[in-house]
This record gives sequence, structure tokens and C-alpha cells, in this order.
Amino acid sequence: MMEAIDLLLNTSLWAAVLRIATPLIFGVLGALLCERSGVLNLGIEGIMTMGAMVGWLTVYMGGDLWTGLLVAALSGGMMGLLHAMLTVPLGLSQHVSGLGITLFASSLSYYLYRLIVVVGDLPPTIEPFRPLDIPILSDIPGLGPILFSQTVPTYLALLSVVVMAYVLARTPLGLAIRMTGENPHAVEAQGLNPLRIRIGAVVAGSALMAVGGAFLTTAAFNSFFPEMVQGRGWICIALVVFASWRPGKALLGALLFAFFDAYQLRLQTVVEGVPYQLFLMAPYFLSIGALVLVARRAQVPEALMVPYRRGER
Amino acid sequence: MRLERRAHAPLHLIVIAPLAAIVAALFLAGGLIAAAGVNPFGAYAEMLRGALGSRLSVTEMLTRATPLILTGLAAAVAFRARLWNIGGEGQFFVGALITAWIGHSLSVPGPLGIPILMLAGMAAGALLLAVPAYLRLRFSVDEVVTTLLLNFIVILFVGMMIEGPLRDPLAFGWPSSVPVDGDFRLPDLVPRTRLHIGFLIALAAAGAVWLILARTVFGAETRAAGLNATAASFAGISLPRTLMGVAMLSGALAGLAGSVEVLGVTAGVTTTMSPGFGYAGIVVAMLAALHPAGVVAAAVFVATVFVGADAMSRATGVPSFIADVVVALCLLTMVVALMFTTYRVRR
Repeated sequence: MMEAIDLLLNTSLWAAVLRIATPLIFGVLGALLCERSGVLNLGIEGIMTMGAMVGWLTVYMGGDLWTGLLVAALSGGMMGLLHAMLTVPLGLSQHVSGLGITLFASSLSYYLYRLIVVVGDLPPTIEPFRPLDIPILSDIPGLGPILFSQTVPTYLALLSVVVMAYVLARTPLGLAIRMTGENPHAVEAQGLNPLRIRIGAVVAGSALMAVGGAFLTTAAFNSFFPEMVQGRGWICIALVVFASWRPGKALLGALLFAFFDAYQLRLQTVVEGVPYQLFLMAPYFLSIGALVLVARRAQVPEALMVPYRRGER
Repeated sequence: MRLERRAHAPLHLIVIAPLAAIVAALFLAGGLIAAAGVNPFGAYAEMLRGALGSRLSVTEMLTRATPLILTGLAAAVAFRARLWNIGGEGQFFVGALITAWIGHSLSVPGPLGIPILMLAGMAAGALLLAVPAYLRLRFSVDEVVTTLLLNFIVILFVGMMIEGPLRDPLAFGWPSSVPVDGDFRLPDLVPRTRLHIGFLIALAAAGAVWLILARTVFGAETRAAGLNATAASFAGISLPRTLMGVAMLSGALAGLAGSVEVLGVTAGVTTTMSPGFGYAGIVVAMLAALHPAGVVAAAVFVATVFVGADAMSRATGVPSFIADVVVALCLLTMVVALMFTTYRVRR
């Protein structure tokens, strides 16, 4: 019992929380942006897998790490465009199209990986992002190693939360996106094109999801292997509901989730006689529990999953 | 250019849609095969030979189609009522696990035990889907996310059981659960092949589902709930009761798939026994336009791709992941093809 509490005082736990939260922050922001414009994007799991593979492959083939993230974002944007084309102008089922994108993007990633990379006994590795010690700040006892000794993409994720919150709440673009998710007819009446706004939001959101996936292979680990996203995309979809479609709360949700994930990983080492699978299940149960708590009160965007067709009500 | 809703979906289009979708998907995947430096036509010929070229390969393909028919029916039943059951994979595994568990120690004659074990598998699958269905009705929790997350929980649970209480002490290498008693193994349909009478059970299930959907009040209620939930409520249909009924039926079918796979093929449960039967069931259901008879045909097609791709991969070196790409592309092309059955394009 004392050991379980000791773990909480360990700075490596808290540093791990931010690291584990990073892909979730990118993913949840991406999903949130899509849904705020009125499109559910269940392609997220596959798009994160694609980002993980493409980001890693770019670096493996000789690109630098930032090029890797950029190419991953582009690949995610492409998948987003496909989802947007099927669900926005054609108005097809967002559930089915999203699942199709997930199946397609992940199987395509595995196929291309097998085709291009020669895998021996161990998957090949790259030189990943190294933690960047911010001068002076990282020397603060306790807080320094937790907050100011992370990889650059983690800082980028935190910055993205601020940017997303500002753009959605304080800019005309954000207003247009939110309005498209609530009442696309009103957007049309304002002389804006709701279809274009939705396509743009889904493409940009999917690019963010892919960057989250790429973080896994270029910063958290240094190689790619099938099934590595492990439901993180689905957890992001749950976190969006938990966050009531707000970027600030989404950050909180991602951090909370990452804390439990980091803690259960460390608990496994000190608690004996309990199957490790029970610890691994905990984060998934936590997500379902969080949904049950908030789903009733959640303020769902009014036009979420409602296709917009000109002249049809 | 704009889309205009058709008054009726013409029958010939409903038949053509999946064929067009499959051709389009094979065409697109052909580009990826060409990228591997292999002639796509040659590769597809190799695929057909691998799945349909001999008596043995046909039985192997039908063995693979058996669980796909059942998971496809599970998805079709649920999607018709707009219950988004994406948890077929988890329901498959609880059905398989409970079957192996009870089937290892049950001491009744075989002909009595087999139906008991199948019912147990169905009950396990139904209960697993009842949870997300209840959460949706009671707390408005979206069932897509809960059924998906439950898949991960179930796989971990299966891992825990087969490394713990249900571990087979005689299994080498990868952990496996204890096997079901030999008396409960399903008889072979074709001697000296893996094809078992589970295939006939799957066909019978398709027939039963068709009867339920087309000829019973419950079937009419599920259709109404799926087409327009508000209108259905006004017509006096209890939406919660209908959705729970759909969830039980859908979960039971996916659980039966797991049960039949254990009784007919694997005997014990491993975490790798399903190459995504639950997820592929969704594609099967969509290719079938959610029709039970179509599900059988679509499952045979998907099984042909999976079994054929393994043979094609051995012959040409194209990664066998191409099978998953083809199946995923079929889902995307099918939703587009289905659109043309319900809408027409007007200038």
C-alpha cells in the first residue's frame, strides 16, 4: 500500500503523464474540431495508425523528424478528405464511412509497411525526438523535470490546445465552424458555404489525429508495429464527449486519462498476485465510466451527424 | 448537380450495387498490387485459385465463411435498427470463451451438450451487447464507443483467463484455453477437411433471421425503429424494448460465431483465433445491404478474399495484408454504391 502511494510522489510518473497524454491531446483536438463542425470522424483509429506509420517511414527513409510529422499530417489530411467527401457532399452514414476509413487506413499502413520495410526479428528503429531541457526552468526541483523536460511535440500539443480554444471561441472562423455544427442553414443564410467549412474542419482535424499517431513512433517509441495505436483513437472519441466539446476540458480529460494509464503501468510492478490484464483494462473501463457520468448532461452540437443538403430540411 | 431521393430503390440496382462496389474495390487495390511489382490480374487469378481451385481450398474457404456469416448477420440485424454494434469481435470472443470453459468440464452426451454450449455462447454474446444497449437507453451513452472499448476489455479478459484459470497445461508456445471435450466437437461436413456442420448452422441462422425480420411483428418493429425512430414511437412501438431485443439477437449471433468456431475448428481459445471476424462482419453486412440472404453471399466473397490472399501472398510475395485492404475498400465503395440505389443524380 505504501509503495502504491510512493509511486505518486515519483517525478518520473508525472513526466510520463504528459508524454502519454500527448498523442491523446492531438487526437482529441482533431476529433473535437471535426465534431464541432458537425461530422463524427470514426476514422480516427486508422488515421492515427497511418500517421504513426507514415511519420516513422519518412524518418526511416532519411527525412528529418519534423518532415516526418509534416508528411504524417498530410497523410491524415488525405484520409480526412476522403471521409469528408463521402459524408459531407454525398451525405453518407458517418458511422459506416468512418469505420471504413479506419479499416482502410490501418490495413493500407500495414500493407505499405510490409511492402517497403524489411522486417527481421526485431522491427527496425529510428532516432526519435529527444527530451528538450528548457534552460533554467528545467532545473526547478520537482516541477522542472515534469513540465520542462519533454519532447518538442509535447509542447506543440499544449500550444495546440490554446490555439484551438482561441480559434473556436474568439475568431470569425471558429464562430463559423461552431455554427456549422449547430445550424448549417443559418450558416448558408450568412452567405457562407457549410459544406466547405465541414470539409476544411474534417481535413484539418484528421491531420491533427495523424500527428498524434506520429508522436507514438517518432517520440514515445522508435519503431512501428501493427496494432500499436491500441484503441487510443476510440478513447479520444470518448474524451470529446467527456470534455463536452471544449478544448480546455479535453486537455484535462487527456491528462486525467494519461495519469491513470501511467499509474496502472507502475502499479503492475508493485502489486503482486493480480493479473496484469486487469490493470490494462482499467483505462478502458475508466473511459466507459466517464461517458456514463457525463453523457446525459453533454451539450452535443445540434447538427452532429446530420448531413446538410441544400434546399432540404 | 444535385441528389434526389428515389421513391423506391429499384431491385436491379440493389443487385448491381455490391457487384459494382467489389469491382471498384478490386480495381483500386489492383493499383497497390501493381506497386508491389506484380501483375494485378495474375495476382487475382492466383487468389481465385487459392480459394476455389481445389476441393480442399473450397472447404477451407467455407470454413472461413462460417463465422463471417454469423458476425455478418449480427451486424446486419443491429444496423437495420440503427443500433451501431461495433462489438462483434468482443461478442465473438466471449461466446468462444464460455463454450470452451463449460465444454471442458460438462458431462452430458454429445448431442445434448452441443446445443447447450451454443446456447451458452449466444447468451454470453447477448449479455455483452445488452450492457452498451442499456447504457444507451438509460444514460444516452453512444454505443459505438462503448462496444469498441469493450472489444479491448474482452480480449484482455480472454488473455487473463487463458494464462490463468483456463490455461491448457498441455499447450506449447502461445497460451491456449483448455479444449472442449471431444464429444462436443462438431462433425465434419466433408470428410478429411476442416469444414464442419457449423456451416449448415450458419445457413440455418441466416434463414431464421430472414424469417424473423420479414415475417414477425418484432421484425417490422426493428425496421420501423431504424427508418424513423420518432415515427415508430408515435405508432406505439416501444423503442427501448425493440432496441434491447435487437441487441440480444445481434449479440447472440456474434456469440454463436465464437461458439461454433471453437466447437468446429479450434477446440480451445487463443487471443489470435479471430483474424477480425467481428470487424469483417460489418463489411459483410454492408455488402449484403443488410439483407440476411445477401449476408451468406457476402461472407463467401470476403472468405474468398482472405483465404485466396494467403495463397496469393505465398505465390507472388505481395503482403497478405492486401486482403484487409480489399475488404476495407469494399466497405467504402459499397456505401457509395448504396447511395445510388436510394438517390438519383439530377443536373
